[in-house]
Amino acid sequence: MADSGMLSGWEMVVGLEVHTELLTATKLFCGCANEFGAEPNTNVCPVCLGLPGSLPVLNQAAVDLAVRIGVALHASVGPSLFHRKNYFYPDMPKDYQISQYDEPICSNGWLEPPGHPRVGIVRAHLEEDTGKTSHMGGDGRIHGAERSLVDYNRAGVPLVEIVSAPDIWSSGQARAYVSELRAILIAIGASDGRMEEGSLRVDANVSVMRKGATSLGTRCEIKNLNSLRSLGRAIDYEARRQVDLLNSGGVVEQETRHWNESTGRTASMRSKEEAFDYRYFPDPDLVPLDPGEDWVDRVRLNMAPLPADRRAALEAAVGEDASSAIAGQIATVVELGLDGLVTAAISEGVKARLAVARAANEAAAAADAARSLDAGRFVQLLKMEDSAQLSASQTKAVLAELLAGAEGSPEEVAARLGLGSMDSAVLDAALDAVIQAHPEEWERFRGGDNKVIGFLVGQVMRSTQGKADGKAVRAGLASRI
Amino acid sequence: MIGPVPDAISRDDVIHVARLARLSLTDQEVDRFTRHLGDILTHASDVASLDLAGVTPTAHPLPLVNVLRPDVVVPSLDRQEVLAAAPAVEDERFMVPRILGEQA
Ligand SMILES: [Zn+2]
Repeated sequence: MADSGMLSGWEMVVGLEVHTELLTATKLFCGCANEFGAEPNTNVCPVCLGLPGSLPVLNQAAVDLAVRIGVALHASVGPSLFHRKNYFYPDMPKDYQISQYDEPICSNGWLEPPGHPRVGIVRAHLEEDTGKTSHMGGDGRIHGAERSLVDYNRAGVPLVEIVSAPDIWSSGQARAYVSELRAILIAIGASDGRMEEGSLRVDANVSVMRKGATSLGTRCEIKNLNSLRSLGRAIDYEARRQVDLLNSGGVVEQETRHWNESTGRTASMRSKEEAFDYRYFPDPDLVPLDPGEDWVDRVRLNMAPLPADRRAALEAAVGEDASSAIAGQIATVVELGLDGLVTAAISEGVKARLAVARAANEAAAAADAARSLDAGRFVQLLKMEDSAQLSASQTKAVLAELLAGAEGSPEEVAARLGLGSMDSAVLDAALDAVIQAHPEEWERFRGGDNKVIGFLVGQVMRSTQGKADGKAVRAGLASRI
Repeated sequence: MIGPVPDAISRDDVIHVARLARLSLTDQEVDRFTRHLGDILTHASDVASLDLAGVTPTAHPLPLVNVLRPDVVVPSLDRQEVLAAAPAVEDERFMVPRILGEQA
């Protein structure tokens, strides 16, 4: 991973703006359905189309989710106002977007990405999403488009924009921040976290400064970051670009830049003259919002456990086994929401290391199915592996079947697949055959060369078509020395 | 929320604001609105001259907070009716002229 360490003499300073669509049934100010992928312009009404005489009314569920976000980010949740942000662009039929300006619902929080320094949260505010424009003609991109087609289904969908402090110093920390924020939003039921569908969107404000300097450099805002990978690459590219520019005597201009994933570069988006003069003013159609202490306390009491707490709980369940080697697997298990399965297995006596590994690796391949897998069946299967009734590769095969929707208990599935522990006579014969076929390797192994054991085990696995249990093979080889 | 009230408004301010609102004004209209807006600001500056320390700003003329509705879907408009009001339609979507680079 490229890091600020590569910017010799300089360091990058990054602040992130994360927009998340909220998992409500309806839009922020009207009763139109909030759903992704509906037929164009079928979820629209006079309010979200901005027709004269229509009046917005705030969605209680959106407020509740914004309060949850505030509590989860250790922010203060207080009285707030809605403003009109005025601009002319056809993605908003009203020619303004209702947002929160100088009095956001949440302010002054923090988030601690695992393994990285804490990042301050300046604010999190409610606002409405815009419609979706598609640019037609020309080369299909914004520039050169001959016409634009607009679908207003998304116009008015509730968003929370979460603005971090410029506390991010590397692309690794930026990715960890977004990854943890996304996990939190999913855990508290605020968002589905799908970056590829645009329900979670990230803009990065990137600047660079001389190491040890105290004032920030001029920043550029990078848009079109559709994945964690794009985010990391774009930040590294942009910091490098600014350092090169400054080193060669140039000046960084404050501007909005567009990340191009295929070229790996950012490019200036020609900003329209006066584009940033939004003339915010309080929306006269909406009264102030003040959830108050009771509401915030109620949310705090009913809050689902946060990823950090769940990681800590899982680490505690894993116990002494929680070496740094499986810390990464524990994080994956929590991120995928599979900690319930693993905890169930450990409490039933399955080895922690095994339960974590099967969840972080094999179950992760079909995480949606794994989340709805009956914990009892998962535990049964792992017990079969733990007691050497099934080999590791056999267990993986049965798990894949269970996740693909196979009926029956793990025993029944294993039997249908013709899997089970090998008869010891068959295993003995296989071991002897391999030793006979590879006398040189066998002598090296007997002479104490442990590196060759992998080869011998592999040969036995091959001749038994993976049905042998690795541990039994090793034990059998050792007993023959 | 409301900062110090500027003493006067210039013709350039009026031209700038008109442009932001996509209004095209004649020279005479610019003169007239410069005068009108100046009068309004002078009137507002009467308020600014009062000692308002300790007075909470009024966010809304009605003494209400938390006007909320339950998160329940209500039927949307019929699409044909919606698109009938569009200046142009393509693919069941509103068709509008090119967006950036409009000087071309
Ligand atoms: Zn609507």
